[in-house]
Amino acid sequence: MKLIKIDKKSLKEGIDKLKRTHSVFGPVREKDEFEFKALGDADMPDFSFSNTRMSPKAIVYPQTQLMFTYSLNDADDDCRILKEVPMDERPRAVIGIRPCDALAFPLVRRNFDTPEYQDTFWVRTYEATTFVGLACNEPCATCFCTSAGTGPFGKEGLDVLLVEDGDDFFAEPLTPKGESLLETAGWTTEAGGGAEEKITSMAAAANEHITSAVSFDNIKKREILELYDAPFWEEEAISCINCGTCTYVCPTCWCFDIQDETFGKSGVRMRNWDSCMSPLFTLHASGHNPRTKKHERVRQRFMHKLKYYVDKYDNGIQCVGCGRCVRLCPVNIDIRSICNKMNNFDPEACKCEVASS
Amino acid sequence: MRIDQIITETEDKSLKTFKFVFIRPEDEEKFAYRAGQFAELSVPGLGEIPIGIASSPTEKGFVKFTIFKTGKVTSHLHAMREGEIMGIRGPLGHPYPWETLAGKNIVIIGGGFAFTTLRSSIIFMTDPANRSKFKDIHVIYGARSPGMLLYKEELKSWAERDDMNMHITVDGTDDPDWKYHKGFVPAITEKFAPPADADTYAIICGPPIMIKFTQPVLDNLGYSHDNIIMSLENRMKCGIGICGRCNIGKDLVCKDGPVFTLSQLNAMPKEY
Amino acid sequence: MTGYTEKIREIAARLLTEGKVDRVIGFRKGTVPMMNQPHYVTSPAMAVELIWDSHCGLNLANYVTDSKERIGIVAKGCDSRNLVTHIIENKIKRDQLVIIGVPCTGMVDRNKVCARVEGEITSVEETDDAITVSGNGFSKTIAKTDVLRENCAVCTHRNPVIHDEMVGEPVAEQTGVDAYASVKKVEALSPEEKWNYFEDLISTCIRCYACRNACPLCYCPTCFVDESRPQWVGKSQDPIDVRTFHLLRAYHCAGRCTDCGACETACPMGIKVREFTKKLNKDCFELYGWEAGLTLDKRPPLDVYKTDDPDDFIR
Repeated sequence: MKLIKIDKKSLKEGIDKLKRTHSVFGPVREKDEFEFKALGDADMPDFSFSNTRMSPKAIVYPQTQLMFTYSLNDADDDCRILKEVPMDERPRAVIGIRPCDALAFPLVRRNFDTPEYQDTFWVRTYEATTFVGLACNEPCATCFCTSAGTGPFGKEGLDVLLVEDGDDFFAEPLTPKGESLLETAGWTTEAGGGAEEKITSMAAAANEHITSAVSFDNIKKREILELYDAPFWEEEAISCINCGTCTYVCPTCWCFDIQDETFGKSGVRMRNWDSCMSPLFTLHASGHNPRTKKHERVRQRFMHKLKYYVDKYDNGIQCVGCGRCVRLCPVNIDIRSICNKMNNFDPEACKCEVASS
Repeated sequence: MRIDQIITETEDKSLKTFKFVFIRPEDEEKFAYRAGQFAELSVPGLGEIPIGIASSPTEKGFVKFTIFKTGKVTSHLHAMREGEIMGIRGPLGHPYPWETLAGKNIVIIGGGFAFTTLRSSIIFMTDPANRSKFKDIHVIYGARSPGMLLYKEELKSWAERDDMNMHITVDGTDDPDWKYHKGFVPAITEKFAPPADADTYAIICGPPIMIKFTQPVLDNLGYSHDNIIMSLENRMKCGIGICGRCNIGKDLVCKDGPVFTLSQLNAMPKEY
Repeated sequence: MTGYTEKIREIAARLLTEGKVDRVIGFRKGTVPMMNQPHYVTSPAMAVELIWDSHCGLNLANYVTDSKERIGIVAKGCDSRNLVTHIIENKIKRDQLVIIGVPCTGMVDRNKVCARVEGEITSVEETDDAITVSGNGFSKTIAKTDVLRENCAVCTHRNPVIHDEMVGEPVAEQTGVDAYASVKKVEALSPEEKWNYFEDLISTCIRCYACRNACPLCYCPTCFVDESRPQWVGKSQDPIDVRTFHLLRAYHCAGRCTDCGACETACPMGIKVREFTKKLNKDCFELYGWEAGLTLDKRPPLDVYKTDDPDDFIR
């Protein structure tokens, strides 16, 4: 598929064309930060951002999603029969998603789309969405995407990759869906010679910018129980206040809660994002709670992201290196230091210490 | 489904067995299940609960669940009446490993109200079409007192059968007519469980405290951890391995379990 | 405030060496600019990990609730008032605590600092009065008074109200500040304007509960938003439920909140959560002459009943 060049001046025209057939989402300013929002008729995506505060996972997987409705009116024929809420299956386009957030989608798909069960809410919305990514020319100090499976110019999870270059964008179509979007928008001017080399050197420069990294090759080799029983969890969990910030801003966290809410004689069954940080998350009706202690919950989160997911799917960690949890955790719990601590952990060394003391 | 029958099982009324009938007959076929699986019982307006299926697939025309009253949904269920409508999702989870268990001696050890899927298993195995597929069947089931035993009539009929060894026990009782054992399940297991060998499997289901003291008994009798099968529970919502809530290590109790062998559990974090 | 670090380390090491406490709670340097991490130090050798600067905005009293240990705790003015409230509410005993008092000239609001520069801040330095932030190709020095947290800008209790040790000389308390200026602005709005103001305030709330969990006062074993029998508040993003959470939480803090600002500092979305609690503080001040946590000898007004309590609002 050939590289396309888009003049920044013709960006609006193309996006307006897309809006006729797609719901278009892009980054827009919201007070002091940027967030992905549905673009209204007059709105344009604002690319003057490093990354949005919340991840774009809400485009495919909203925080509150109504699944079923029901009537509790005994006079109704369909009383107490759950009815599916019709889904909005119009095509969607996300313009300006960063490669880290884009990788999160196929990574999360492994959970929502399995051979035995498929979450149709998530999968159908995902498949109706075309992802147009924006490469990062200036990654942040908290970005560690290159050691988390992608990079500032990473392509996995994207249908098109835009690279900003002065007054233009290069647009590299990566999938048939991406090609089709570029045609619909009227972005069909081929980029001239030398474009590929330019992109390659820009990508290399961006990679140089990444100063943060995690290693997990040893985590993969360890037994689950070795890491689970490691002595550093209590210390790492001290400052945690068990809010839901890390899980809600994370593009790869997917846990949810199902609730019924009734208003008078009718109601909905909905799902909401939920967080394993909450003590209620694993509370049984009997009152028993497998994770009563804070460090047990903190351990669960990092074991899930850096070990259980690795063991289960053999496809890297459940983290794309976007750095949001690092920047936004109220108490500065840093997944990079915990990952490296887990990676450097040597159960044998600990045993020797105990023996000699 | 429609509630066809509600029976109060225990003297303190905390446990009731519900017999559900599918409103549409084709749903019953789609619900084809095996002993050991569970289903999500759905009450619109309140929520869903994961409950082990107490009826056996050999019992046609209905499904049975025995439900303990403990929370929002279960309390509402207990207050419901025959004829009312509610929902079901399932069957979910892995059943007991019937292919492995074919041709083997089976020791079923249950306590309290965890006995539901074990009832399903016993009725399945002792069904005339299936009995010959298994060798010796031993059952050890205990509750706090005679009034707290589940399925009392069925227990009596099983005790009278000659194709299985039934050991009913209670922790204690003042009833002078009590015909069966007195003692905790681990103690009765120690006395009456058959010796261990490659062809003998134990299926245990019960409260954590019972399991904690029964497992050493089986260890002492020489049961290998591959031959000890357990059924776990955990807080669940979706029941199909997607919402992420019920994990123990990398396994999800709803989808990879709820049945695990002890060898598998030994390699998993003790978060249950 | 520079120079406090050495003193805190010295005191912590001494308390642990002398066995007076089981642990000391303070801050250690964060891994990202303008952030510090609450930290426990359990041996004299670890005392060097503690620091103090103008990014210690979280309230460490949050970490002593219901503890059975003997704890050394670093506390600025507002934190010390929360410790008083904790003691009055039986969440900790006075003799369990060795309070390391920090006279505070205010904590910096990192959102305000970021708003004043273009580009990512990668390093931070500070003096007593100024903070210098640098990034790729820029460096800017800002007067601290220009970027203080809003609660610090109007604070009139900078010195700890109880302490066992002090890391410096008391600082002058601010005079002539109207602590409730922001509340009065909102009070002056019309009902419709007020509605829009608050709707806009919580429009970005994601129900993470960082505000609640960072607050030392929020220690209910089961918070009202987590109750299920009966369920008072929905868990979805329904605006009704979001409003209920914020409004009711503020009421539960009435007469107890010390305006420490931990809630605003913790909020990942930068929501000015104090707009709710500050109003209730003002009401308590005007109705009962009460400011929380100033003395161990009086119980809060919402805890006691006197026959001459104002009641003209009861219709």
